[in-house]
Amino acid sequence: MTTLGVFNYWVAVVLTMIGLYLVMASDNLVKKLVGLNIFQTAVFLIYITIGKVEGGTAPILKEGFDVYSNPLPHVLILTAIVVAVATTSVGLALVTRIKEEYGSVEEAEMRKQDEE
Amino acid sequence: MDPPKGKRLIVDFAVILIPVLLVLTAAALIWLHNLVAVVMLLGFYSLLMAGLWVILDAVDVAFTEAAVGAGITTVLMLAAVGLTGQGERPGQGNVLVALVVVAVTGGALFYALSDLPPFGAADAPAHTHVASRYLGQSMTEAGIPNVVTAVLASYRGYDTLGEVTVIFAAGISVLALFSRRHGDRKN
Repeated sequence: MTTLGVFNYWVAVVLTMIGLYLVMASDNLVKKLVGLNIFQTAVFLIYITIGKVEGGTAPILKEGFDVYSNPLPHVLILTAIVVAVATTSVGLALVTRIKEEYGSVEEAEMRKQDEE
Repeated sequence: MDPPKGKRLIVDFAVILIPVLLVLTAAALIWLHNLVAVVMLLGFYSLLMAGLWVILDAVDVAFTEAAVGAGITTVLMLAAVGLTGQGERPGQGNVLVALVVVAVTGGALFYALSDLPPFGAADAPAHTHVASRYLGQSMTEAGIPNVVTAVLASYRGYDTLGEVTVIFAAGISVLALFSRRHGDRKN
């Protein structure tokens, strides 16, 4: 897998860019949260890629295996995934409340109502 | 204990194919305006990500991603879409500003990539500190063969406590957001 070099990192950066674009350019609040999720997984990908060791196996100790991948990034990302779903749920609850107040989750629509 | 050659080939193929599919799936989200389709595609994206975690040896992360990312997040998103409506009005946001910011951020990140150690290098800084101790000592100190579990529950137990605190705070926030609605209705 050495030939891959920085391929995974490139993918992570492209996913970061797509996520950021979705957050900034979409008008719909639910789609912004989808973009935020993409952004988060891109960060996870960087961490897990850093944790991979060439020729290693999953960090579950067993006789006959000597090289394991780094378990620490896995632990950090496990925590991050759960935190990500917690923030997503709060965001979605806010979106639902906004829908009740404004009757819309489109930013342009909300701005128009605020100006009136 | 190297895996057989055919299996090796499949892994080498998937390690390219899955990231390419990830980028295509994420990019498709930009042009999709039906939110149910967007959410389903996000679920597919999470499942692809779970597959990639398995290839990158992060099996614990893989099943969490499959259960939480592809499962719970999709359900929550679908519920929210059900309450807020499926259609997204395209072309309203400020695309030009977004493109400039994304280009600058992406450029900075690509520039920073040159400082990262090569993929899979065993002597990378990330592997030279506590990782070897976790791998070498956790069996005698924590007694669990799965090192990720040992680190999560024992060595870095405070992190997990913090995680639980975040979930608790999030649960309280969601409850507070929805309970106010009922209070308003009574008034």
